Amino acid sequence: MKTTVTVALNGETRRVDVAPNEILLDVLREKLGVTSPKIGCERGDCGACTVLLDGKTVRSCLILAIEADGHEITTVEGLSRDGLTPLQQSLLEHNSFQCGFCAPGMVLSATALLARQPSPSEEEAKEAIAGNLCRCTGYQPIVAAIVAAGQKARQRA
Amino acid sequence: MAIAHQFGYLKPSTLRETVKTLARYGTRARVLAGGTDLISLIAENVIAPDVVVDIKGMPGLDRIEFKNGVLTIGALVTFSDLRDSPVIAKKFPVIREMTGWLASVGIRNRATMVGNLCSAVPCCDSGPVLQVYDAAVLVAGPAGRHRVPLGDWFVGPRQTVLKRGEIATGVAVPLPRRKHAACFVKLRRYEGEDLAQASVTVLALAGSRYRVSFGAVAPRPVRGTKIEALLDGRPLSETLLRQAVALLPEEIAPITDIRATKEYRMQMVGVMLERGLRAAAARLAGNGPAYGTSLI
Repeated sequence: MKTTVTVALNGETRRVDVAPNEILLDVLREKLGVTSPKIGCERGDCGACTVLLDGKTVRSCLILAIEADGHEITTVEGLSRDGLTPLQQSLLEHNSFQCGFCAPGMVLSATALLARQPSPSEEEAKEAIAGNLCRCTGYQPIVAAIVAAGQKARQRA
Repeated sequence: MAIAHQFGYLKPSTLRETVKTLARYGTRARVLAGGTDLISLIAENVIAPDVVVDIKGMPGLDRIEFKNGVLTIGALVTFSDLRDSPVIAKKFPVIREMTGWLASVGIRNRATMVGNLCSAVPCCDSGPVLQVYDAAVLVAGPAGRHRVPLGDWFVGPRQTVLKRGEIATGVAVPLPRRKHAACFVKLRRYEGEDLAQASVTVLALAGSRYRVSFGAVAPRPVRGTKIEALLDGRPLSETLLRQAVALLPEEIAPITDIRATKEYRMQMVGVMLERGLRAAAARLAGNGPAYGTSLI
């Protein structure tokens, strides 16, 4: 049986009919046209499917779409509406990604970190992205970009 | 792609309704809180419930309360909630220490401590940490409410004493009256998120009393009662530490699995017990490593 679910997706109210066995990740990609969350391990290990649910990073592969009813979801599409964020700019400058498959999840994990801790240490940056696996870069340029984005923000403040 | 298995979804808004639903469906129903374990089990076809009962609509279960010396953690409290809680940081810093090595932020934001107890996997981190506090699971069911001491809670891998129609609504953790300090030591294959290859929790109480427990080295989290009896009232010495480690084969029964061999586990638990006892004692004396410092 289908249920109509209402979500605030990237600032827009969206309604979608889902069955209880539909996974949020799949509904985002296939029914709501948001494809930045990636299908990786589908068991919560890799972080490629990360989205922000009410501002917190979650694994959209481990959430039923029906559970998201009434909640706010943000993906990279929503973050970058008005151009790249300072964090994304920093990732670009540090040449942080190669294949880019982990990038949306990394960006959201780091965005959530910066919202809580505007100027994170290297340790805090590593902790924040510990659940986002990258098989290209060895993480160093990603961590450096997150730390630098925080430092830049502090300089501006 | 949806999960291949089809099931119904219910989201009751009262405890009464939840218990009624669980009693009606019995083992054909599964309780959904954070879902980090449940959804992957259903998706991978390990379990196939007829109905999933989402308890996130039940009021009051998302609270962390400390009253009259007892901490109560509701069934919807996530590991991130615990990590951010001032009362946890102040009164139960070892719980916070444990959350720092548990999975990743994205999982901690969703996974609940009570769910961790209900999943009852032998490598769970919540079980051993709460066991040294003599915590009890708060259960509600058709016959009313009761509490189950954590020592009686785990039956075996993925099995608890919960009966038909019953639900764990929280866990109650009494703060020891004596001055105390604790330590959680978790062995992992690498830094970053991993399940425990083994874990040791030590609670040191004033007067040289100790409580110790172990994770991932038996079918369920275990208290080291013989070790506790040996240590009771005696100051830690090299000889005493060696005697404590020598008792381990009587307390734990590690197996070989994908994460470690039984020999490695036994060897390392000895090292971890010694370091954990020293660190907890040092913390009690006010000169131990800061909570969150990895000892292994």
